[in-house]
Amino acid sequence: MNGLDQVFVRLCHWFAGLFPASVQPLIACIVAITAIMVVFASCFALTTIVERKVLGRMQNRFGPNRVGPWGLLQPLADGLKMLTKEDIVPYSADKTVHFLAPLALTVPIWLAFAVLPFGRNMTAVNFNSGVLFFFAVGSASELAVFMAGWSSQNKYSLIGAMRAIAQMISYEVPLVLSTVPVLMLAGSLSLNDIVAAQGTYTIGGLARWNVFTPWGLAGLLLFLIAATAESNRSPFDLPEGESEIIAGFLTEYSGFKYALFFLGEYLGLFAITGLAVTLFLGGWHAPFQWLEWVPSWLWFAAKFGALIFLFIWVRATLPRLRLDQLLNFSWRFMVPLCLINLLVAVAWYWSGAWKSVVAMPVRWLLCAALIALPYHWLGRALRSASQSPRKYIYAE
Amino acid sequence: MHGVGIIKGMIETARNFAGSYTDPERLITVQYPEEKLPPVENARTIPFLVYDGVDAMAGLRCTACMICEKECPPQCIYIVKDQVKKPDFVGKLQVQPKVFDIDISVCMSCGICVEVCPFDAIKMDQVFELSTNDRFGGLLVDKTQLAKPNEYFVKLHKTEASEIDARREEEKQKAEAAAAAKAAAPKPTPAPAPAKPPAQAPAAATPPTPQTPAQPTAAPAPAK
Repeated sequence: MNGLDQVFVRLCHWFAGLFPASVQPLIACIVAITAIMVVFASCFALTTIVERKVLGRMQNRFGPNRVGPWGLLQPLADGLKMLTKEDIVPYSADKTVHFLAPLALTVPIWLAFAVLPFGRNMTAVNFNSGVLFFFAVGSASELAVFMAGWSSQNKYSLIGAMRAIAQMISYEVPLVLSTVPVLMLAGSLSLNDIVAAQGTYTIGGLARWNVFTPWGLAGLLLFLIAATAESNRSPFDLPEGESEIIAGFLTEYSGFKYALFFLGEYLGLFAITGLAVTLFLGGWHAPFQWLEWVPSWLWFAAKFGALIFLFIWVRATLPRLRLDQLLNFSWRFMVPLCLINLLVAVAWYWSGAWKSVVAMPVRWLLCAALIALPYHWLGRALRSASQSPRKYIYAE
Repeated sequence: MHGVGIIKGMIETARNFAGSYTDPERLITVQYPEEKLPPVENARTIPFLVYDGVDAMAGLRCTACMICEKECPPQCIYIVKDQVKKPDFVGKLQVQPKVFDIDISVCMSCGICVEVCPFDAIKMDQVFELSTNDRFGGLLVDKTQLAKPNEYFVKLHKTEASEIDARREEEKQKAEAAAAAKAAAPKPTPAPAPAKPPAQAPAAATPPTPQTPAQPTAAPAPAK
């Protein structure tokens, strides 16, 4: 536990110490809020440029490279453009709701960052039901999306919002279900406890992250797929399917409100990525014991960056799904697999008591088979379902 | 196995990503203002006027016959004839344009003016950086701006230009031979003129008469 690890914590304590004791908790809170907002807002700016550059490279072209050195000032230019654009509100729009929708999207997402542990002793609010709080504020974005779609008085907005609602509710289920094994085995809803549960090391020096178990690996993949859909990213970006519904619920938004939606979407992605790191990738712990000297927040940042890169990579690779494929995939594949993953976690838990030389490989094989076989069968069923001709059911 | 296609696709994009740093050949983007692709011979943008020799206005091939102005579908060409004539490449006196304007904001780059020109005087250019902050004056180009040397034309459209140059050279030789024959013959003009069919005999008769009806009759001869 070196000085660099706790540098931000100490800085916060030092700053709070400058004030009288009665306001010190408040000051500490404000410092934490400011730090989170500054870090993740600049993360947003950085991600927009990195995403465009990486997408470009993956499509064999340069990304933006005109503004500043290597195009690094592009987010600044984009921000200025957004701010100087005219803010148009449709004549027949419900003006109050239209105004509130971007705020209703962005504000709850900032709250979600409060419970994430960014490093050792670096959690803004140490909730004992942090995961619950996270999902509670995270699902507020559905309300905001529907507010935006409904208040715009535009058919594309409405269809886009309804698609978004259908998608987000469908994927909320596997998203929460895939975290349940983690909560079960850690025995706590607090994110700090979950990180602490992954903080020990095996004899080989490898960390006991959840992702290094069969149910953890399956859970991480299910969680990431659901997170992609939850944050409306490609290949699940149907709410903004330009080919069919212009920009979905964003159609009637311009200027700074549009920028707020954009910000909200990326912040949602960051929050959910932070949760994935915390739940499955050991939070701020190092992967090996001999790497513990690296500051904990740096480990969190590295895992966070790697997952963000993975999201960009997937976006560069996969085409957009059709709505019925999307919903089929959630209800016929993801949800059953998440439920089966619960059983796998249970099997893993009970088989942990086995005392034998062959116990470890047998345990692994058993749990891997328990998840791999349903994966195969469900996948085959989904394929035959998606290859049959589409049935259109019209309202009477 | 389900999901193998996704992994294959992701390997492909990862290869692109890594390859774009190690192998610049993969990046097909041309960084336009800094680097430009060499123009293709068949590329064409707006018309320009060809001239021979060094003095642009003296060597202008255009004879202000007005065909292009009449044929131009969007009517972007405006020509006024000059009263003063100048000798053409075979030494015959021809009308020259006093004003030759093309409104390139109207021009649709069809190339019909080039096809109808019997004198190879108007050809398609390959310039494309034509943007200007003066919408009216900046896009209305006059004959001094339009005039470009034959060497420039040869550089742009090598095949077509060399063919035209060969034909014009042949015509020039014929004209010189005719002039030499005329000089050798004691008789005045009428006699050798019908004997030499090509261009200049009927054309020589035209200047006194009004030009517009006469030019089309003269036109087919050099074109063939």
